[in-house]
Order: sequence, then structure tokens, then C-alpha cells
Amino acid sequence: MAIKTKENHLKFNTKWEYASAPESKDHIELKDQYELFIGGEFVKPKKGKYFPTINPATGKKIASIAEASQEDVDKAVKAARTAYDKYWSKMPAKERAKYIYRIARMLQERAREFAVIETMDGGKAIRESKSVDIPLAAAHFFYYAGWADKLDYAFPNRNPKPLGVAGQVIPWNFPLLMAAWKIAPALATGNTVVLKPAETTSLTALKLAELIQEAGLPPGVVNIVTGAGATGAAIVNHPDINKIAFTGSTNVGKIIQKAIAGTDKKATLELGGKAANIILEDATIDQAVEGIINGIYFNQGHVCCAGSRLFVQESVEDIVIKKLKARMETLIIGDPLDKNTDIGAINSSEQLKTIKKYIKIGKTEADFYESSCPIPSNGGFWCKPTLFTNTSQSHRIVQEEIFGPVLAVQSFRTIEEVLEKANNTYYGLSAGVWTDKGSKIFRMTSKLRAGVIWANTYNKFDPTSPFGGFKESGFGREGGLHGLAPYLKLN
Amino acid sequence: MAVKRTVHFFNSPTVDQIGVQERAARFMSRSIKKGSKVEALKLALSMIDLTTLEGKDTDSKVRQLCYKAMHLHDTYPGLPTVAAICVYPTFVRVAKEALKGSGVNVASVATAFPSGQSTMDIKIQDTKFAVSEGADEVDMVISRGRFLRGEHNYIFDEIAAVKEACGKARLKVILETGELSTLDNVRKASDIAILAGADFIKTSTGKISPAATMPVTLVMLEAIRDHYYNTGEIIGMKPAGGIRTAKQAVQYLVMVRETLGEDWLTNKYFRFGASSLANDVLLQIVKQQSGVYQSKDYFSKD
Repeated sequence: MAIKTKENHLKFNTKWEYASAPESKDHIELKDQYELFIGGEFVKPKKGKYFPTINPATGKKIASIAEASQEDVDKAVKAARTAYDKYWSKMPAKERAKYIYRIARMLQERAREFAVIETMDGGKAIRESKSVDIPLAAAHFFYYAGWADKLDYAFPNRNPKPLGVAGQVIPWNFPLLMAAWKIAPALATGNTVVLKPAETTSLTALKLAELIQEAGLPPGVVNIVTGAGATGAAIVNHPDINKIAFTGSTNVGKIIQKAIAGTDKKATLELGGKAANIILEDATIDQAVEGIINGIYFNQGHVCCAGSRLFVQESVEDIVIKKLKARMETLIIGDPLDKNTDIGAINSSEQLKTIKKYIKIGKTEADFYESSCPIPSNGGFWCKPTLFTNTSQSHRIVQEEIFGPVLAVQSFRTIEEVLEKANNTYYGLSAGVWTDKGSKIFRMTSKLRAGVIWANTYNKFDPTSPFGGFKESGFGREGGLHGLAPYLKLN
Repeated sequence: MAVKRTVHFFNSPTVDQIGVQERAARFMSRSIKKGSKVEALKLALSMIDLTTLEGKDTDSKVRQLCYKAMHLHDTYPGLPTVAAICVYPTFVRVAKEALKGSGVNVASVATAFPSGQSTMDIKIQDTKFAVSEGADEVDMVISRGRFLRGEHNYIFDEIAAVKEACGKARLKVILETGELSTLDNVRKASDIAILAGADFIKTSTGKISPAATMPVTLVMLEAIRDHYYNTGEIIGMKPAGGIRTAKQAVQYLVMVRETLGEDWLTNKYFRFGASSLANDVLLQIVKQQSGVYQSKDYFSKD
């Protein structure tokens, strides 16, 4: 006999619970102190300064990281220039490819170690670092290794030539993956590299340095200098760097553009975003709800292309929100090393403060809802998946990038209306469209001003696919054939 | 003259196959260990419809299976019984007697199982016979040919008629998803079965491959969820066929837990149709206690 219940809410607080399933840390090797990787060797910073890198899930220090000063950056650029002149630009392209393939293979072999370290240093769930970050990083090296000796086919009759030394500054949300996005195309096109990881997540870049050393790349082809903003500025402003590749905030992107104005440095900037994820009434609702979850709560919302603005057609708004809230109840927040964790730790206390600030603002602007699942109370940085309904285009939580697990929902009636609202932002990195009708997909995607648009899925990445933004989301493309061009002189 | 009109319009939500497969894969990646695993395995045992549906079935085989249903592994105390025994109508009486007082139900397949290729009258008679022999539950099959031809009203009427013939027996409606070809069809058949009066919806007869899969079951669970949201009524789910290992059973339970929650984590609303699952679950339960895997010969085969 079926029973009637008063409120048709599902109960996810079940008697049967999952026991903790922590990923083993036994197999990883970490040092207490990490140096700078310059000219193929690990060298101490000139000024002898170090800063701690901490585990955001515990608040505890993992290791000391060298802070590179101007002199250290000089040395790294010099090493990169020497490597470019002496080895890398002279080497036959197919030989270059062999080195890049070797990096890819070694990364695959050590995937587990890299995944665990990525999770410890950055706070992301091991489920994601194992299934997304590390495999995709390896895939990027594989993909660009394949292009190294085929550049004449990629750009026929344009005589592609490398630029020289590339200065690359990357963010903390996908530390190893961003390093791969930057290093792989630079090496494939015959450039040498000075790369700076973000100060909260240096470890996997330094492990990659160890791997590159072991792979036997000529000294100085890849140099990794750690540090904060000042180190990044030293790279950007260095006169002997030919190309800047930056992924990070729009503010820093603007500073970089000013700094390189009047120089002949080429640049690609991949900056912030505030993507519209649009659910039409004929969408497959249950799968769309899953797409909303993947769009905004993937990597704690620390994703520049996150679907942080949700637009739901009014006829399905109630059911979508009901299902979304129910799905949020089943997300597991906690120890990022636990294999069952869906939402890990916020990357830093600073970022947590920013997110909390926006949640406070949001509460004055719209209706607030957060997942009721418990969060650890252990000194780590945690934020529950959060949802704001009844938001409007004038709300700050709708306009500004929060870079956290905070979703702002608006409803709409017509397609014209949603297109206007979706494009009414100073960002333009990504968007999502959910509908069962192919013709609507083509109609909408051609009118959305965003660099990447997903249809009936979200946050899917592949090395063959170019990625980059419109407007204040930056310029230039990374990934795919398009990702080669910014590293080449073309006739 | 009165105008007779029939509704030929049936609107079910559509399903994105890729999305469903991805969601199903995510359930499969949950890591269930230690106490949590034992608890899940015991729950799985209690949800089994221990099944024998063969032409060569005998009274004594059914009796042996009934004994097994009540005594899964007597050397390990504290195990539940299975939920039901599932047999052909002609063995219902034997099973009913063997299970007397045990709390284990007798389920009978009916309606020209497994193909369903017969007339409505014969299907109703088949059902009535099973119920009169004492069946607590009836597992019917739908006419897939009619469904695929677009005769959705026929399917609705067929199920409603069998439901009426069931009387107090609970009705499980087998969709035979392996013959429905798309997940959209699975969703549509699920909705029709639920609206026509099914107490349970069930994936497969076990005679057609593919039988139960995680994606197909997820689509059916979503139909059950939507019905619950609309009405507050709880419909049961029974994946059947192809679930042979404890690991698979736990993955299904993870999916039920995260799709429908607490109310469905009971054999009242969730069943596994299986003939060989029980022993693999027992093997795993004993392993959790002893730390080593026993030979399969330590578990009785009935």
C-alpha cells in the first residue's frame, strides 16, 4: 500500500550513511621545503625568503615555498633565454615532441601522487583531481606534443616561428591543469618558459618541475619560480620576455595590460566570468539540474567559467528549484581526500572572506538558501553550497564574480529576454543552454556573447577545444589549434 | 448520437541519455566501506526477490529455494530473510505452504510471462489464478509490441485491468526495458504504469538482454520521484536481471539513497529481482567479519 505524506519532500538524512573512505597518502613524497626551479636545477632564493603553503582543509602548513625576488626572476629569464638560443629553438620539432610526450606519460604514471597533492594543497575533492585535473593535464601535454612537428600544417604558408621566452602566471583553482595549459603549447611551438604558480598552490607545479627534471629536458627550457604578486610583476615587467600568458582575475589582467602597453610583448589573458546557465522549459529537467550542480558547485565554484547565473524559464521554475534544492541536500561536504566528498575546502581564508562578503550582500538582495549538510569544524575553510532566488540583474551577486559555491537564480519568460539578460554583463567567458530542441540550441548559441557555450552539459573540457573570453573575460584562446597561434610569429 | 473520444496524447518528460549515464556513473564511483558496507549488504539481502523462472522448475526445487529464503546462512546469526520468492503461477501454492509464517512473500509472474503475447482475457485469468493460489505479489509484463506501436492507451488499460484482477496482491509492472529501445520510452512506460495503478515498476523479465542497468533504473526512479512530488504517493522499484554481485547491489542502493532517500530504503519499496545475487552478498558479509574470502562452496546453492 502506498502512503500519503503531508509534505512531499524527500528525506536524504538516511539511517544508512557512508563511512569515511579516505584516499591513501602513503605513496606521496613531499619535502619540508621547496626551492626555485631555474636552469634545470633547484636553487635557493637569493634573499632566502620562504612562505608557507597550507592545507585549506585543516589550516595546517604542508611545506615552505621559496619566494622569488627580482634577481631570481632575472636568473630564470636568463636561463630560459639561454635554453631557447642554445637548445630549444635549434632542436628538430619532432625531438621537441618526444620530450613533451615524455612529460605526458610520466604524469599519467604518477597521476595518483599528483592528485593527492593537488587535493592537499588546494582543497579540491580527490574525486575531481583524480578524474579531471590530472588526466586533463596529461591530455594537454599529449595533444600539444602531437602538434610540435606539424606547425606548418596548422598554419600553412605562414612560416610559423617561436616567439622566444614566455612568462606565464597561473591561478590557484586548477594548479596543475593551468600549468599544463600554459607549458604544453609553449613548448610545442618552440618557446621556453618562466612560469609562476599561485602562492597558495605551488606544490604540483614544483612536483611537475621534478618530473621535468627527470624527463631530461634541456636545462632552462622550463623554469618555475614561486611567489606572490611581486614575483608575477617581475615576470610581466621583465624586458627579455616576449610573451605573457596570464589566467586570473580581471583586475590583475588590467594591471598586466597597462604594464605591457608600449612594449612588443604579446599577451593572452584569461580572466573572470559570470556565466549564464539557461534552462528552457523543454529541457530534460533532471539532467539539467545535474548540469546546474556541475556548473556552479564543481571545484567549490572556483571556476572562471562557472555557471553562476542561472536563468530558468518561468513555467518550470518551481520544479527546477525544488529539484535543485533536493540535489543540494545530497552533496557531501568535507575532507577533500575522502573519495565520497563532492565539495571540498575553499582554497584560502582570504577567498572564504570574499565569498562570505558576497553571501552577506546577497542576503540583503535576494532569498537565501543553503544546503543543510554539516561542514567540518576543524580550522579548515568551508562554505556550504548556496543558492539565491528572486535575484535581478541589478544585484551585485548577479553582476560580480564571486568565485565560490554561490548561485544566483532568475526566471524569464521569452528567449529574447533571456538572451538580453545573459549578454548584459561585462564578462563573456562561457554560457550554457539546456533544451531538448536542437534548433533552439543553434538559435541561442549564435546570439550569446561568450567564448565557450555548452549545450545540454556544462564544464566539459578537452585539449582539442579552444577556451577564452569576450569583453572583460580576456582575449586570446588556449587549447586546440587556436591555442598554438599566441605562441607563434606568423607571416 | 454521443461522440466517443479517446485521448491519444500522453506527455512524459524527455530524458537525456548522456546525462543519465554520467549521473549513473557518479553513483558507481561512491566508495562504500566497513560498517557502511555491511549495513548496505544486509539491507540488500532483505530486498531480494529470490527467483526461479525456468521450464525445468520442480516442486522440490521451489521448496528448497523457499528454505534458502528463510535461512540464508545459518552459521552467521542476525541475517534477514529475503523479501519474497518469485515463481511461476503453478508453483505459488507450493511456495506459499513452504513459507508459511515466515513473513517471506510469494510473488508470481503472470500475464503470459515473459513475452506477454496473449489476449487480455488470458492475462486476466492468469493473474486471477496466481492470486487464487495465494500470491501476495504479482509481477506482470506489458505488451511491448503495442507500446512500441504507440498504443499507450492499451497499455494503460491492460495494467489497470490486471491491477483490478490482483485484488489485494501488490502489482509489479515489468516494462522489459531491454525491448523499449530508448530511455524516453522507458520514462513513458514508467509513467503509464504508475498512473494505471502499479505498486512497483520493474525493469525486466530476466529473459531479455540487456536486463536491469543503472541508467535505466535511474530513469525509472526519476519517474517515481516526479510522481511522489506530484501526489505524495510512494511507488516501489524493482531492477531485475543482471544484478549478480554485491558490489552492483550496493551501487543500486547508493542510487536509491541519493535519488529518493530514506523512504525507499526498505524492501517495502525497493527490491532486487535476482537468482544468484544472495550468495555473493553473503560471501561479502562473511568476508567483512572474517577478513578472508571463502570458497563459494561454503554457501548453499538452491
